[in-house]
Amino acid sequence: MDYFKNDLTSIHNGLVKHDFSAAELTAETFKQIKARDQKIESFLTLNEEAAVAAAAQVDQAGITDAEKLAGIPVGIKDNIITKGLKTTAASKILENFEPIYNATVMNKLNAARMINVGKLNLDEFAMGGSNENSAFKITKNAWDQTKVPGGSSGGPAAAVASGQLLAALGTDTGGSIRQPAAFNGIVGVKPTYGRVSRYGVIAFGSSLDQVGPMTRSVKDNALLLSAIAGHDKHDFTSSEREVPDFTAKLDGDIKGMRIGLPTEYLEQGVDPEVKEAILNAAKTFEKLGATVEEVSLPHSKYGVPVYYIIASSEASSNLQRYDGIRYGFRAEDVKNLEDVYVRSRSEGFGDEVKRRIMLGTFSLSAGTYDAYFKKAAQVRTLICRDFADVFANYDLILSPTTTSTAFDIGAEINDPVKMYMNDILTIPVNLAGLPGMSLPAGFSNGMPIGMQLIAPQFGEETMYRAGYAFEQATDFHQAVPTIGGEN
Amino acid sequence: MNFETTIGLEVHIEMKTKSKAFSPAPVQYGSEPNTNTNVLDWGYPGVLPEVNQGALEYGMRAALALNCQITKDIHFDRKNYFYPDNPKAYQITQAQTPIGREGYLEVELEDGSTKKIGIEEMHVEEDAGKNTHDPDGYSYVDLNRQGTPLIEIVSKPDIASADEAYAYLKKLRQVIQFTGVSDVKMEEGSMRVDVNISVRPIGSEQYGTKTEMKNLNSFEHVRSGLKFEEKRQENVIRAGGSIQQETRRFDVNTGETVLMRVKEGKSDYRYFPEPDLPPIHISDDWIKEVQDSIPEMPEDRRQRYVEQWGVTEYDANVLTQTMEMSDFFEATVAAGADPKLAANWLMGEVSAYMNDKKQELAELALTPEHLAQMIGLIQDETISSKIAKKVFKQIVANDTDPKAWVEEKGMVQLSDPAVLQPIIDEVLDNNEKSIEDFKNGKDRAVGFLVGNIMKQTRGKANPKVVNQLLMASLKER
Repeated sequence: MDYFKNDLTSIHNGLVKHDFSAAELTAETFKQIKARDQKIESFLTLNEEAAVAAAAQVDQAGITDAEKLAGIPVGIKDNIITKGLKTTAASKILENFEPIYNATVMNKLNAARMINVGKLNLDEFAMGGSNENSAFKITKNAWDQTKVPGGSSGGPAAAVASGQLLAALGTDTGGSIRQPAAFNGIVGVKPTYGRVSRYGVIAFGSSLDQVGPMTRSVKDNALLLSAIAGHDKHDFTSSEREVPDFTAKLDGDIKGMRIGLPTEYLEQGVDPEVKEAILNAAKTFEKLGATVEEVSLPHSKYGVPVYYIIASSEASSNLQRYDGIRYGFRAEDVKNLEDVYVRSRSEGFGDEVKRRIMLGTFSLSAGTYDAYFKKAAQVRTLICRDFADVFANYDLILSPTTTSTAFDIGAEINDPVKMYMNDILTIPVNLAGLPGMSLPAGFSNGMPIGMQLIAPQFGEETMYRAGYAFEQATDFHQAVPTIGGEN
Repeated sequence: MNFETTIGLEVHIEMKTKSKAFSPAPVQYGSEPNTNTNVLDWGYPGVLPEVNQGALEYGMRAALALNCQITKDIHFDRKNYFYPDNPKAYQITQAQTPIGREGYLEVELEDGSTKKIGIEEMHVEEDAGKNTHDPDGYSYVDLNRQGTPLIEIVSKPDIASADEAYAYLKKLRQVIQFTGVSDVKMEEGSMRVDVNISVRPIGSEQYGTKTEMKNLNSFEHVRSGLKFEEKRQENVIRAGGSIQQETRRFDVNTGETVLMRVKEGKSDYRYFPEPDLPPIHISDDWIKEVQDSIPEMPEDRRQRYVEQWGVTEYDANVLTQTMEMSDFFEATVAAGADPKLAANWLMGEVSAYMNDKKQELAELALTPEHLAQMIGLIQDETISSKIAKKVFKQIVANDTDPKAWVEEKGMVQLSDPAVLQPIIDEVLDNNEKSIEDFKNGKDRAVGFLVGNIMKQTRGKANPKVVNQLLMASLKER
């Protein structure tokens, strides 16, 4: 089963027509994972036994044509809670943690009868943009194994890009789906805040986190989002808005669509090749009948500091529960309660997580709250307002996903501020709670370039329509990486 | 030097909702440790809080009953601190937008006057679990209580004495009980009081430095602790010393307060808006709906008892001091008892029994139905009031049907003249001397004869009937 030559629809058709069974598909998938993941190192835990059993069950019950995802393997970022299957958030503090419940998105995938083949690597607690902050392994970029896969959803991105899977779930707090999607030349969507339930997603920045699909095509992405979206009574921030079929309007027709191109997003630190690819994309959209005009998002330049205050503040509170008392890692030979807390957390968390806990704790402290957290929240409002102003006249915003293509492993790990600046183009989307998509838009020195489409809140349909039209008009998504000299 | 005292109270009351404030786990006192818990209460990775709308409405109800302004746009905040009974390491509370503000309570003082004591704010939050420290060297965490909805009521520093504090607390408990928001069971720790107190020379513009006592769960301890602390502070200042800001503990055995720890700066709880719960707008319609759901308050019940049932002002006041008593009284009347007699029994024998046994009304075997039935038996003269005392002893301690029991024990009063007359005749025949005495105007003789008749009937004769028959018989002799 060559995932490079298939999509979810062709696999579904094969299953329905009995060209192959779900069991065969699953077995084949594990064979590919075992061959390719030696080089890519995207998986933290394989769920082979349960996946084989689940596939056999699907075969036994049969698949109707309406069940577009039944029997198809999927991979899950390891900060999404999976009942009975180790969930670590790539942290030593949860190294052997086996949850007793399922995230809502897992219940939804189970209801769609997808086959969970395993848990994928990330930066510890989703904090990072290179996967170098994983406590367990560094996943490699599918296109060049000396380069980072991006992060924090580097595991899902690299697994999909290297043809081990057609679909994976990632999470995105400041760009964690879109940036690795861009670095690996795949399609990644961060839905509107509230579109997908966060229940059972290990919290990082609660006002920013969203689960989203990572796939090789726009249509596959829309299929997967349709399956996981929707209101959840366990998540009070999830929207009660009805979920449309995101695949319904993928017809390539975007005539009259108004697209804004924010000048600020093409300036500061954007590589010339990346800028050129985005300007070319703008021309493609115009050829398809859309209008593209320059717009301004003047407060987005404050996005990075605002984000690192808000996300870290929320994280500093969210991560307090890892205290060595009830579950997870506890330091040995502790003397008293304080010792349990200090040593378990000192030994259990990695450097980047500690850095953000300190940053967040500082920002929320009595003497600094007003100057940091409160101020950041105010600037966040200005960033939101900028987007609202643009969307009063435009249907979509087009920008690069990242300022550059994937960088070398080790190149930025010792320069946190440089690392943080990688998310400058994706962060404002999270701060404003908007949906954003990254999709392939070119290559620079053999590495994929990602283009970002941003829609108004709950405007995923428009985003998918435009992405699909662009994909049909270009061939970037058809390029296939060479993994360790073969594919 | 003369001093004036300033006292502020922060009271936590557990609400009697079915489920917890931010989790669907049940709220129940006295269960096996950790049985009323789920992944939310454990602070498991990935879980999110779920607002219990009922708890919020109860909070609103309490705020309205305390004459508070309702905050129209509220959100929850996180209060961050590490402790094993606090599994998320933050408490969800309302730091910035308490649901109620600027309320007051009208408190009756011992001299009969009333005083308005201001309420700074009232908010809804979640309780923590419970740590117990075993002699085996281990500490145990029970998360059953974790997440139980609380209201915290913060008074203004309007309270000027320990007695006023006591009166405020009694009034507060009464009002909250009657809202139906909480049973306010002190012995189960469902009402806990933090106090702060300072003294200053009369005329001084600035408040004195205050000391705190936390987690008191008896009004008497609050009063005694405050009285001691008031004197202690005055003595320190008189001796030229100064009060330091500190937390003290009330020692029940000595009646004194003891230093626990000196406050070094304020703890920093790093409050910030709870991002997992969107802000909530409280509409006027919603407030009205909650206002309409508030049950009858004690003043209204009191008035009703006086006007409709002819109960005295004093009795009506006593009966409405607690919800349990008031409800019991009403249920007894509803079961057919004469209201005045029911009031007498509840304030007399029932209260005496509760005091004697140190039991709450709910702990007694007595039911309103049984009490009403017994009162009925007295009224229709099936039993005498003397027998009634025996019946009461039985039904207050056992789940016994009074009518059946009276019949079974042969305690039914003899009122039938056909049965009583022969006995009277016999007694008269055997006591010629007493008849003589009676005719000579010695009334004492009647008592002696009645006593004899009672003896013959083993106390069961209806005294009224006996008297009538006896007097008639004496005249005939």
